[in-house]
Amino acid sequence: MTEKPQEGALAASLPALDFSNWSCPLPLADYPSIVMAYGGGGKLGNELIEHLFLPAFRNPSLEDLGDAALLDLGGEAPAGRLAMSTDSFVVRPLFFPGGTIGDLAVNGTVNDLAVSGAVPRYLSASFILEEGFPLAQLAAIVEAMAKAAAAARVQIVTGDTKVVERGHGDGCYINTAGVGALRPGIAVGPHQARPGDAILLSGTIGDHGMAVMSMREGLEFESQIRSDCAALNGLIGAVLEAVGTAVHAMRDPTRGGLASTLNEIASASGVGIDMDEARLPVRPEVGSACELLGLDPVYVANEGKAVFFVAPEAAERALAALRAHHLGREAAHIGKATAEHPSLLVARTAMGANRVIPIQIGEQLPRIC
Amino acid sequence: MKYLTEFRNREIAQRLAQEIHALATRPWKILEVCGGQTHSIIKNGIDQMLPEGIEMVHGPGCPVCVTPLELIDKALAIAARLEVIFCSFGDMLRVPGTAGDLFQVKGGGGDVRVVYSPLDAVELAVKNPERQVVFFGVGFETTAPANAMSVRIARQRGLKNFSLLVSQALVPPAIEAILKSSANRVQGVLAAGHVCSVMGYWQYPPLAEKYKVPIVVTGFEPLDLLEGIRRVVAQLEAGRHEAENAYSRVVSFEGNREAQKLLAEVFEVTDRAWRGIGVIPRSGWRLRAAYREFDAEDRFQIAGVRTVESPLCRSGDVLRGAIKPAHCAAFGKECTPRHPLGATMVSSEGACAAYFNYGRFLSAKALAGAASTLSGLGPSGAADD
Repeated sequence: MTEKPQEGALAASLPALDFSNWSCPLPLADYPSIVMAYGGGGKLGNELIEHLFLPAFRNPSLEDLGDAALLDLGGEAPAGRLAMSTDSFVVRPLFFPGGTIGDLAVNGTVNDLAVSGAVPRYLSASFILEEGFPLAQLAAIVEAMAKAAAAARVQIVTGDTKVVERGHGDGCYINTAGVGALRPGIAVGPHQARPGDAILLSGTIGDHGMAVMSMREGLEFESQIRSDCAALNGLIGAVLEAVGTAVHAMRDPTRGGLASTLNEIASASGVGIDMDEARLPVRPEVGSACELLGLDPVYVANEGKAVFFVAPEAAERALAALRAHHLGREAAHIGKATAEHPSLLVARTAMGANRVIPIQIGEQLPRIC
Repeated sequence: MKYLTEFRNREIAQRLAQEIHALATRPWKILEVCGGQTHSIIKNGIDQMLPEGIEMVHGPGCPVCVTPLELIDKALAIAARLEVIFCSFGDMLRVPGTAGDLFQVKGGGGDVRVVYSPLDAVELAVKNPERQVVFFGVGFETTAPANAMSVRIARQRGLKNFSLLVSQALVPPAIEAILKSSANRVQGVLAAGHVCSVMGYWQYPPLAEKYKVPIVVTGFEPLDLLEGIRRVVAQLEAGRHEAENAYSRVVSFEGNREAQKLLAEVFEVTDRAWRGIGVIPRSGWRLRAAYREFDAEDRFQIAGVRTVESPLCRSGDVLRGAIKPAHCAAFGKECTPRHPLGATMVSSEGACAAYFNYGRFLSAKALAGAASTLSGLGPSGAADD
């Protein structure tokens, strides 16, 4: 431990082992049909995109694989360039502490647009309803959507409703799509992070995932865990106004959690990431719930958090802007991008040792004991 | 977060590590029995804090890992049946059988559900009288009382549609099998704290005496592990070999008597196959005759299971503590969590998965220097608040 490791020892030890085992000649072959893990925000889902959807639909806007596609409509678009995104929501239960599938559906798409550097403007909303679904519940969901849209300053301008036979859906599924105007001069993306960038996180991690999971499993804790579901466009706007182009990459760590988001940015940008675990804000009740189920909060979903890669000289100002916003009071400076160990997320543990945090294969699975 | 943050205090951890450095005059090999301990050691980097000569040997205490392939294949066959609701703890779902895993059975239409307690499975049986509900009762002494309770309740309620697929293993016989092996390298043992919370540690003084090996009952948090290691090293350096309890906030000498009574009522000791290790005499539990009607193996009579283990996989050597995961030629090459060849790479408690997931394809030294840029951030957790 006292010996200083040789420079580059880390990078040099990588290729020999081919640990990622990525260049599989038979992609998607290990599961001949869809398994739940394809939706878990891990490697399997990424492979579905890379090996199936991307080759079929390939075009320059899709290829970036950002949270939203950046579109150039030439002279027709008043603000010059648009961002477009879509997301489907199949959460169970439909109502959970801190939110509903309705606000989730609005905020999810708003956030995907916002982290792409756009000002979200218009959304579509499509409902797939199961025969027998109570109208009162649908009304509550729709009301939550209207409130969320008003709070995020977007309008729901088009939509669709389909009903499927009983047993062919799970009550209510929602898809939203959205467009927003790209802020002039802002060019952020998961591939734009640079060595030296400060990594800022807007608040506590794991709240949404553990709120939903503890409700689903009937787990009760002394204080109820609430989802962090929120629209981030205001918070992101505040950061961009404070430091502008010093923001190189930003993303909302939803499914797969902070670890997956940081791994994706590390890979896309070809940088390494050093993260200090002791700096990660985790609510005590979320930490306890994770312990109980054998889960790691870095992999648990968030619905109202953003992570920013910011030029080091602007880090203090960006952090101040985050903390001045009501959604960013617990924002923290959690680490740095580095030219060392490209594509690897290395965390310093609370004990002062290091561990690599990889991207998950599928979902995290609760442990036996 | 009582009992969590208190046992993750960095300053106390570093003080304990310094004490171990001061105590250790020679190299020692210490076995941590439980997969949960392996996981915590690697996740927190405890091994990076120890003197160079202190080697942690990872033991067989991962219930997922030691479940025989044949039983997993039987689970897959039972779970695929139309009338069955197959319930399991989460980490069994990805364990590969000879042909596929429970995830694939689920994707193919099998009704496979993750539950957090076997009692939830009993409830499912009550609510679904037309279906057969099977719980995959995998585990050591820690999970056994809840499994025993599930069949007792099922019998009390007269349920004909609940059964247990039993894979219960016992830790002390496995420790003894390792200690008495001619190839044994282990000089001290961290006994598994949660197993002892149920069973106590009255079984360990005779083992410590017979094999002249210190055995310290140890918990799972960083401070627990460091304290357990410190006590083992102190005994080794002093030439002592006693059974000690370093997890007294959870474990008593006699253990949980009520749970032991329940276990004795429902289960009886049997010889048992450990995946990768072989049959260890009197190292498992099966349902007693009075409860045999709840045995899923009896109820479903799955025949014709033909298991094929990967010839490359050395998980048996890993589970015996004979090699470290990275010493297996397939580690990180043919065998990754994405394409696991053996259960030690699948379970989050498996030593191979712990090594892979926490970056131990890198040398400990390379890893220790990896997050070097963080020094510029100032002291952890304090500067920003």
